[in-house]
Amino acid sequence: MERNLMKGNEALAEAAIRAGCKCFFGYPITPQTEISAYMAKRMPKVGGVFLQAESEVAAINMVYGCASSGIRCMTSSSSPGISLKSEGVSYIAGSDLPCVIINVMRGGPGLGGIQPSQSDYWQATRALGHGDFQVLVYAPSTVQEMADYVTKAFDMADKFRMPALILADGLLGQMMEPVTFADGEIKMSDASGKPWATCGHGNKRPHNIVNSLYLQAEELEYHNVERFKRYEQVKAECPEAESYLADDADIVVAAYGSTARLARSAVDAARSRGIKAGLVRPITLWPFPDKQIKAACANAKRVLVTEMSMGQMVDDIKLAIECRLPVSFFGRTGGVIPKPSEILAQIVTLDEELKGE
Amino acid sequence: MHLKKAVAVTGHYGSGKTNIAVNLALHFAAAGENVCIVDLDIVNPYFRTADFGELFGSAGVELAAPKYANTNLDIPALTFDIGALLDRHDRVLIDVGGDDAGAVALGQYSDTLRSHGCDMLYVVNKYRFLTRTPAENLELLHDIERVSGLKATGIVNCSNLGAETTARDVLESVPFAEECAAAAGVPLIFTAAEGSLGVEGAFPVKVYIRPFWEE
Repeated sequence: MERNLMKGNEALAEAAIRAGCKCFFGYPITPQTEISAYMAKRMPKVGGVFLQAESEVAAINMVYGCASSGIRCMTSSSSPGISLKSEGVSYIAGSDLPCVIINVMRGGPGLGGIQPSQSDYWQATRALGHGDFQVLVYAPSTVQEMADYVTKAFDMADKFRMPALILADGLLGQMMEPVTFADGEIKMSDASGKPWATCGHGNKRPHNIVNSLYLQAEELEYHNVERFKRYEQVKAECPEAESYLADDADIVVAAYGSTARLARSAVDAARSRGIKAGLVRPITLWPFPDKQIKAACANAKRVLVTEMSMGQMVDDIKLAIECRLPVSFFGRTGGVIPKPSEILAQIVTLDEELKGE
Repeated sequence: MHLKKAVAVTGHYGSGKTNIAVNLALHFAAAGENVCIVDLDIVNPYFRTADFGELFGSAGVELAAPKYANTNLDIPALTFDIGALLDRHDRVLIDVGGDDAGAVALGQYSDTLRSHGCDMLYVVNKYRFLTRTPAENLELLHDIERVSGLKATGIVNCSNLGAETTARDVLESVPFAEECAAAAGVPLIFTAAEGSLGVEGAFPVKVYIRPFWEE
């Protein structure tokens, strides 16, 4: 297969088009503007729609409308822009509609900065809007995975009628790596197989209504309960994680996205010093891959969580291993990228602690 | 390598322009020239020429960069005077931002550059998505010429697949680069290849832009 050198943001956009995304609604913000720029150039050539909305709020509501009609559609932004979209995401989730949202994270809170960050973990996994709902969250770690998981995100969003989020960061969005795409025609996206879609009833069936408002409390409760039954199926089918040298590791490093690659370098360096270190990398952040994390830490004595945040994933790791092991944290935040040598220093300290026991 | 006093490096973003500009600056400095490198990238937030300040300092190369490069202020303020830089140096390398969007910044300097003598190089990469054919490159090259007010004078072949690049990848890209040059009606100035690949006849370059996990 042909290898293409691509920027992470481009890979996200091209993969979406190949997955049958017919409409993209965006608003520029660093470090993900290449997605919009790419869609502006490519969408008209493949018979799709690119629309630069007047704001992030408008863009997500265009996605709401488009998703209602059963067409595959997407929006993208970076941290502050995702916050603006949260109301729309909640409406989309409350209406049980599929769509894909991309967050190429930058430093926060507030306007923050334009450098890479992972400080939207809590927002992505807990609070991408108000109300009883979750979104699927995929955290790719390479440019190839950015392409692959966009495809998967569209498929799973359709299957479970829920929004799917790609949680990337500025480092992944801006970096260049070779990517291959499966050969074949661009998937055609239409409303077939979506009996709920508001795509025209042709006087042949009752009309569909897309809505998140219910007049009776019991009715709203019923829909929320039904949605959470579906989430149980998502939790059974979707969790994904990768482990690396974890089986015999005394110290398991847990990291996702680009930080997992920094951590992998640190694990390799620790191994070359004779320290039994390993890595476990959640790929889905919701549903969280509890079983895979627990298995990867089965023989570990210490767990080190590494993130570009103040430690937002730590509690999920503790829950996954049922608080069986001491969990420590090392992170950089505000747009600072941790160095593999800094992570290695943490591993070495933990190793010395273990030797002293 | 016979190039004019000002050398502007243009092309599709991600094709390898910055690394070519950095290598050329160090090449001319090593030959004893008084060199300045200009980071004229108004598009890219990171992975840019301004990242290599220390390297330029130790090589005696002056760096001119947008005032807020590598800060959180997303404003491409160009506060340097290219005419003055050209007066003070034997050679001025200009790393231009990607595509026609980046080359817009070059337009305001086109008269000054022409009066001092300027080569505008267009970087091609056979493996770079959407610029894999001579026709795609020619279209982008014309867009860059239109907004910059300068004519391309040569092609640089920087065909690479990042860390996965092999000598064979580079060798197989040469006919493509020659086709691009022929289509543009300008010469192929050189083919760049990472020095350790040992590609015969290639201009040996170091890869300065490396992933963060290769500390």
